[in-house]
Amino acid sequence: MNSTRSGVFVLACAAVAAIVFAGARAAGNDYVFFAGYTVLQFVVLATAWNILGGYTGYVNFGTAAFFALGAYSTVFFHKFDPLPIPVLVVIGAAVSGLVGLGMGYLTLRLRGAFFSIATLALAVVLQTLVVNWNYVGGARGAYVIRPAEIAELSLPYIQYLFLIMLALAVMAVATARIVEHSKLGYGFATIRDDELAAEASGVPTLKLKLIATTLSGALMGMAGAPFPYFIGYLQPSSAFALEYAVNAIAMPMIGGTTSWVGPLVGALLLGTLQQITTVTISSAVNLLIVGMLLVGFVIIAPNGLIGLWRRVFPKR
Amino acid sequence: MAAQLLEVERLCKRFGGFVALDEINLAVTAGERVGLIGPNGSGKSTLVNCLCGTLVNEAGTVRFEGRDLAGLAAHQRTRLGMARSFQLPRPFASMTVGDNLKVPLLYAVNARRRPALTEAEIGARCEELLTLVGLADRARRFPRDLTQVDMRKLELARAMATEPRLLIADEAMAGLSNSEVNDIVALLIRLNERGITVILIEHIMRAVMNFSQRLVVLVSGKKIADGRPDEVIRDADVERAYLGQ
Repeated sequence: MNSTRSGVFVLACAAVAAIVFAGARAAGNDYVFFAGYTVLQFVVLATAWNILGGYTGYVNFGTAAFFALGAYSTVFFHKFDPLPIPVLVVIGAAVSGLVGLGMGYLTLRLRGAFFSIATLALAVVLQTLVVNWNYVGGARGAYVIRPAEIAELSLPYIQYLFLIMLALAVMAVATARIVEHSKLGYGFATIRDDELAAEASGVPTLKLKLIATTLSGALMGMAGAPFPYFIGYLQPSSAFALEYAVNAIAMPMIGGTTSWVGPLVGALLLGTLQQITTVTISSAVNLLIVGMLLVGFVIIAPNGLIGLWRRVFPKR
Repeated sequence: MAAQLLEVERLCKRFGGFVALDEINLAVTAGERVGLIGPNGSGKSTLVNCLCGTLVNEAGTVRFEGRDLAGLAAHQRTRLGMARSFQLPRPFASMTVGDNLKVPLLYAVNARRRPALTEAEIGARCEELLTLVGLADRARRFPRDLTQVDMRKLELARAMATEPRLLIADEAMAGLSNSEVNDIVALLIRLNERGITVILIEHIMRAVMNFSQRLVVLVSGKKIADGRPDEVIRDADVERAYLGQ
């Protein structure tokens, strides 16, 4: 029954994605694809963060590190032998997933703020490594020249990138929903609620946390893999930017962390608002808006929009 | 001689320089109802934590159905058939009462069953357990909506859902009224009648005496008495530990 529902959900997501893509093309303006790519990228990042931070309650401040790992994997292979972006996405996911697994082994015996600080340290260590690694551009950065269009699909390159990020967003949201409604989701929720009681109920908490860090890291790496092609010039300060860590936390917090819907809603709302602000006021205002909204939500709706919805319309 | 379900030999646990458990020996036979008492700080909860794998003992062995449990994590011990309830109820707050019971069925029972329980079978077992503890009408409520006694019942039902052969109930009656204590004692006896061995850690002597077939007393990390309840409470060392010199 569950697998049938999941299949229907994936099909529905694919249908919505097709409508979004058709709508964006109908707008006839490349800016829609640029802005849409960024919003969708945050859908993937927020959803990925929520698998660890929302479902298991382990707050990861190192989103930028996993995102950058995906991006720098692409730079590495682009210099070595340019590969198609879908292959680079798989490589980015594998690299970030493995680092997520390693980070889990090293840090998951820590809890609360100690775990969060460790993830922040990981981002700093990785950034230092990249800054000092000449092959991927080091501190000066690396250029990734993209073609104007994908000839086989006769698609402008930005539309191709948008399509890839749309597919990744569908994949991330579908993965989050499938996890949430599976045995794994129950296990994750018990870790968030009470680890001692979870172990006493037969839940292998360490194994589940490692699955969460790996899955979350892999999805973040996937989001980062196409980034060098999107931005054209990748430098450590853009790949490890504070906005990834802040947004990946703020978006699920604003949407609601206990369900797959929360990060999706949070990323769509906040991401779109940031894009509108960027073109109407200033890109520098973005993080200020995030901060103000977070303060507002902590006071008005501590469980996010989904929590607010459930409070106003409780299930009968 | 009946088979030993749990055998504890020379179990030691220290916290820095403080000796919490000092060479504890304990054997529990299958089907027994054992009461474990002792003043605050005597090591009762530490013993439970060592038995269940929450704490690692520095020395000594714990065997369950003849198997040495050294190195096994708490969830692995649960899967072997050793369940516990906590001194302070620790429900999964984000889940309904029914879903709280689903977790051990999914993770403990299905880990050892081939074929695994289906969704319908899991639902039926949850219902059966909730009926057994008297929470059937609260299955869709959240733990925050439960009274203290219902929370205790949920704690026991969740432990029961692991399908244990040994249930360790750590102060399952703390803070309850007389009639609620009677409810829980009756429930524990019902569980024992289903073939589950029960170790009850408790301060409420009336409950311990009504429940236990055997009484074990810990004082300052040492076992000072082990025997029939009516004999143990007349033991001079036990009287001294509880009433002073």
